[in-house]
Amino acid sequence: MKILVTVAEVAEVEDDFEVDGLGIDERYLTYDLNEWDDYAVEAAVGIQEAGEDVEVVSVTVGPERADETIRMALAKGVDRAIRVWDDDLASTEYLDSTTKAEVLAAVAAEEEPDLVLTGVQSGDSAFGATGVSLAERIGFEWAAVVNHLDYEAGDDQASVRRELEGGVEELTDVETPAVLTIQTGINDPRYASLRGIRQAQSKEIAPKELADLGLDASATEGAVSLTELYEPETVSDATVYEGSSEETAGQLADLLRDKGVVEG
Amino acid sequence: MTVLGITEHRRGDLRDVSFELATVGRELADATDSELHLAVVGGEVEAFADDLDREGVDVVHTVDEGEEFNHDVYVQAVEALHDDLDPDVLLMPHSVNGLDYAPAVASRLSLPFVTDAIGVHRDDGLAVTREMYGSKVETVVDVDADRVALTVRPGEWPPVEGTGDADVSAFEVDVDESQVRSTVTGFEEVGGGDVDITDADVLVSVGRGIEEEENLALIEALADTLGATLSSSRPIVDNGWLPKNRQVGQSGKVVTPEVYIAIGISGAVQHVAGMKGAETIVAINDDPSAPIYDLADYGIVDDLFDVVPALIEEFGGEPPEV
Repeated sequence: MKILVTVAEVAEVEDDFEVDGLGIDERYLTYDLNEWDDYAVEAAVGIQEAGEDVEVVSVTVGPERADETIRMALAKGVDRAIRVWDDDLASTEYLDSTTKAEVLAAVAAEEEPDLVLTGVQSGDSAFGATGVSLAERIGFEWAAVVNHLDYEAGDDQASVRRELEGGVEELTDVETPAVLTIQTGINDPRYASLRGIRQAQSKEIAPKELADLGLDASATEGAVSLTELYEPETVSDATVYEGSSEETAGQLADLLRDKGVVEG
Repeated sequence: MTVLGITEHRRGDLRDVSFELATVGRELADATDSELHLAVVGGEVEAFADDLDREGVDVVHTVDEGEEFNHDVYVQAVEALHDDLDPDVLLMPHSVNGLDYAPAVASRLSLPFVTDAIGVHRDDGLAVTREMYGSKVETVVDVDADRVALTVRPGEWPPVEGTGDADVSAFEVDVDESQVRSTVTGFEEVGGGDVDITDADVLVSVGRGIEEEENLALIEALADTLGATLSSSRPIVDNGWLPKNRQVGQSGKVVTPEVYIAIGISGAVQHVAGMKGAETIVAINDDPSAPIYDLADYGIVDDLFDVVPALIEEFGGEPPEV
């Protein structure tokens, strides 16, 4: 069987940064594997290790720079990777979940996976929509925000727990093939071993363009466009204690005494 | 024109986001002199409709299909409602269940889709405010289309109040059972455990800033010194450093202590949803722009590894070596 796991490289913003037009100046960005996808990769590799003849393929929509991140997924046990990018995608100002789902659906149509795992959301744009949108496009069943997965390679059903709000979990059986969006905490993502990192160097990252997938620039055209990006106004009216650590701790201690948290 | 909002319920109760969604729905409807329609799918739909009949709501549609949420049924019901009502704006909650059906609905109906809205502005077109990069920036996206689907972040709008005079209308959906390929088999409360953090008067709460599991001893020592209960934000539980019953936030527990001391917690929206009702909030974080300071009453912008030992010593305790 084949598991397709979506892997995004996400931008993280430093504490101090400057806005540059409709983006953030590159100087203040670092790139890393999307946190949620790390758990999805681990879930996929876990199924692979527990079963026989399971291939794990990752797919990324992103520029060549993302290869470094993809190598980390390969080092953790992903067998091979696909990365989709071209000039049309590069010139897309607002790569929203609809466009991503459309591209990923075209990859899924080629790869014909039995199971697709995605992170619940990406840490930068945080749409939280790509996985379920993909499922609908390719006619797979799905479950969103999965924090426990009971599935063995070849099963025609996955039993999942979905993490609802307020400390409640929903137990759901999902027919496969399916797309599951994976929540953090579902497992303990492994570190890439040195051996894995070495092996990853020889694994395939297949570059693809939209045309390779039977798509054209229209896949990137949508009705949604980014028009503003700005730092939100801080609304803090907190009393911030000033001084050395000892001095600020002393002021906080006084407050806690005043509040009756601690006597004396 | 019509704005249609899909309400949410769980285990017999409408969730707060239903009434918040009605508020943003009315705001959008007023901008174009439209009607606000709400729909409730499954459960005790008539009782829910009574509760949803609030000021500014024009019509409540009841879809009597199933007891609890099932995304396969929801997708079919919302698609049928959309076909029938042809709303220009379709609103759904940006909740866990919203995430489980709204993208599929938008995809099936080929609607432009914007998620996690924290603000809306409707004039000639629709402008939606949302956040990126872990709430460090806000963005505005414009939607250039006659029809759109939006998910709305819970807790961003006040709930609609007052009694209304809405029409209540039963809506029949011919559910295609062959397309129902998931089955909800039950619910489980998680993290009962030894401690109920919702009972605590004072919570010392720790977040990602603690860096290593070994360093938790420092925060435990502070909690002991203060006679407080230890809680945490999500990453600590994800790492397995504390059990789930200690997690404060949207998917953890909602707490309302007298004093909440947030240590090394940035204040992501999911965490804030669980602790914003605390009477007094103290933040210790070395990042002055951390969102937790928007909520805090008192703050210390400093390294927690310097401040917390000093605080323990203030009360005669001995901080552990970390």
